[in-house]
Amino acid sequence: MKDAAVENTQIHDEGIEKGAEKLTPEKIQQVYQKMMDAEAGARLKTYVESCVSCGLCSEACHFYLSYDKDPRYSPAGKVKQTMAVLMKKKGRVSVEFMKKASEIASTECNLCKRCAQYCPFGLDIAYVMLFVRRLCHKLGISPQYIQDTAQSHSVTYNQMWVKEDEWIDSLQWQEEEAQEEIEGLRIPVEKEGADIFYSVIGPEPKFRAQLIYQAAVIFNAAGLNWTMPATPGWDNSDMAMYTGDNEIMARIKRMHFETAMRLKVKRIVMGECGHAFRSIYDMGNRALGWRMPPVEVTHSIEFFYELIKSGKIKIAKKYEPTVTIHDPCNVIRGRGLHDMLRYVVHAICENVEEMHPNREHNFCCSAGGGVINCGPPWKMKRVNGNKVKAQQLFDAKSRGAETCVAPCHNCHGGLEDIIHHNEIGMDLKFLGDIIYEVMEKPESVL
Amino acid sequence: MHAIYNFVSGPLAWVAFILFFGGILYQLISRAMLAKKKDAYVYEYWNFYYAFRSILHWIFPFASTNSRKRPFLSIITFIFHLSIFVAPLFLFAHITLINEAFNVSWWFLPDGVADILTLVVIGACIFFLVRRMVQPDVKFLSSTSDYVLLALVAAPFVTGYWAYHQWPGNQIVTILHMLSAEVLLAIIPFTKLNHMFLFFFTRGYMGSEFGGVRFARDW
Repeated sequence: MKDAAVENTQIHDEGIEKGAEKLTPEKIQQVYQKMMDAEAGARLKTYVESCVSCGLCSEACHFYLSYDKDPRYSPAGKVKQTMAVLMKKKGRVSVEFMKKASEIASTECNLCKRCAQYCPFGLDIAYVMLFVRRLCHKLGISPQYIQDTAQSHSVTYNQMWVKEDEWIDSLQWQEEEAQEEIEGLRIPVEKEGADIFYSVIGPEPKFRAQLIYQAAVIFNAAGLNWTMPATPGWDNSDMAMYTGDNEIMARIKRMHFETAMRLKVKRIVMGECGHAFRSIYDMGNRALGWRMPPVEVTHSIEFFYELIKSGKIKIAKKYEPTVTIHDPCNVIRGRGLHDMLRYVVHAICENVEEMHPNREHNFCCSAGGGVINCGPPWKMKRVNGNKVKAQQLFDAKSRGAETCVAPCHNCHGGLEDIIHHNEIGMDLKFLGDIIYEVMEKPESVL
Repeated sequence: MHAIYNFVSGPLAWVAFILFFGGILYQLISRAMLAKKKDAYVYEYWNFYYAFRSILHWIFPFASTNSRKRPFLSIITFIFHLSIFVAPLFLFAHITLINEAFNVSWWFLPDGVADILTLVVIGACIFFLVRRMVQPDVKFLSSTSDYVLLALVAAPFVTGYWAYHQWPGNQIVTILHMLSAEVLLAIIPFTKLNHMFLFFFTRGYMGSEFGGVRFARDW
């Protein structure tokens, strides 16, 4: 497997290459120094300098485990190859070095923070990797595809270059589709004073529009007072957070929160997305100076838990094929929703076979942290970098699991590639997919 | 020899202790100020309950998942860290010296026990050295400084054991014992050995975030 790792170093990324052409060692040193002066604090210093290189973080990382324990993929190893060198040499590094640093920070770390749970000192390596990404952003050597996404956020306030009229059209289209099933169903747009602002990520209107349909059916059946905005701010996703473009991260989060405030909603309920939750609950709010989100935010795992527990949604007939549960890092390690997730899955499915390790010790899907958003050049590195997840899925399948439930968009992308590439043959579903299928729909004419 | 002995056991010891305690204070205060300026989150999310919950889970062996995965290493590191404090602090010879100088004393270990603890430290250092040289990921992560620091940690214990057992050259070795211990104390705050006190802050902060924001276990 060593060879695969070597091959990986030769992947061509237009964004990194073109950006690097404009760099000189002097420029790197200058930008590094500016950034250290302005942003490097006690945490960075301690995280990098006080690591005793004990190697206890290595086996926390799916990249390390999947590439046959190649030490370069150990979490501390990634720091050693990037930030530790930068700090030791005070930014006097070559352009080649920075290209490699960009590759390591952006495509070999999902920022899943599992290593923070395995480091005896609790050193936050994801934070260090994000710092490197931000430096790369400032140097203009972020991978091309994710940079394009950040650009889209900057221009349109959504991830997928969705125009305002396209967004509204998508909602109306899904409303019409759903009306064929449930007469009189509405997707209330711009309803001021609604209880809930339902927010989704750019890919939903773009190519997973049925999720909006399903959500509308669920809201309708639960009899909730909800709305979606017609203006930019509807998208909760945030790839700028992952390129280290904190300024755009703050801008789009502000737009999102202000949209909620303009609509005077009681809370934001968000679709099944992990990174968007991280942006709203962990990083974007902090960038804006909010300790906690200024508007209450509920992830759909918790939302479905509420609906099912309170009986607002009733299950007609549980989903029969055996399912296994994938725990998305950003809402499990990031928000402790693992028990609610299990409550929901057990309430809607007959048989559940767990993967191990699970809950907050889960393995990442290897797509998170913006890695899948680095696009096609990096796809196989990411897929091969998660053989441990493939093994987990195989194990679950051998115990009868036919469907994997993953309440996160990125996880879906990542797991789909892993399942195809390794020919695991497993269905992949969102909670919403199954709930829509098994719930009582009294008004349905189908 | 007497002049060197007096110098090492007198002024140099003062210098070492001043650097040790002064260094710790400096590191804590400067980092606290730097954090105030640039890591406001740390103060915002710090929570003593969750911090201690996390610290306790990581101080004791087998209280964290990672520790349970490596029973042998967990026991060695725990006993090593314990011995490194207990052996010198509760050694009869050290307490006698302090008693002579300052007229204060406290409970001490039987010499036989102290001897065993010293051997434990030396043995653990050898184990860490071999682990560093043999285990591929740890080898990759190790820099020269890691080996040097390991030697500096082992030195006072090796020389102390030597001197106590009155092996040949024990006069020089006694001086080397004091000297190596002084060097070790002086560099603790300024090298990664500062995890001795920074551990409580890094672990505590991670515990606070996991406990109060993430609602997930960090052990």
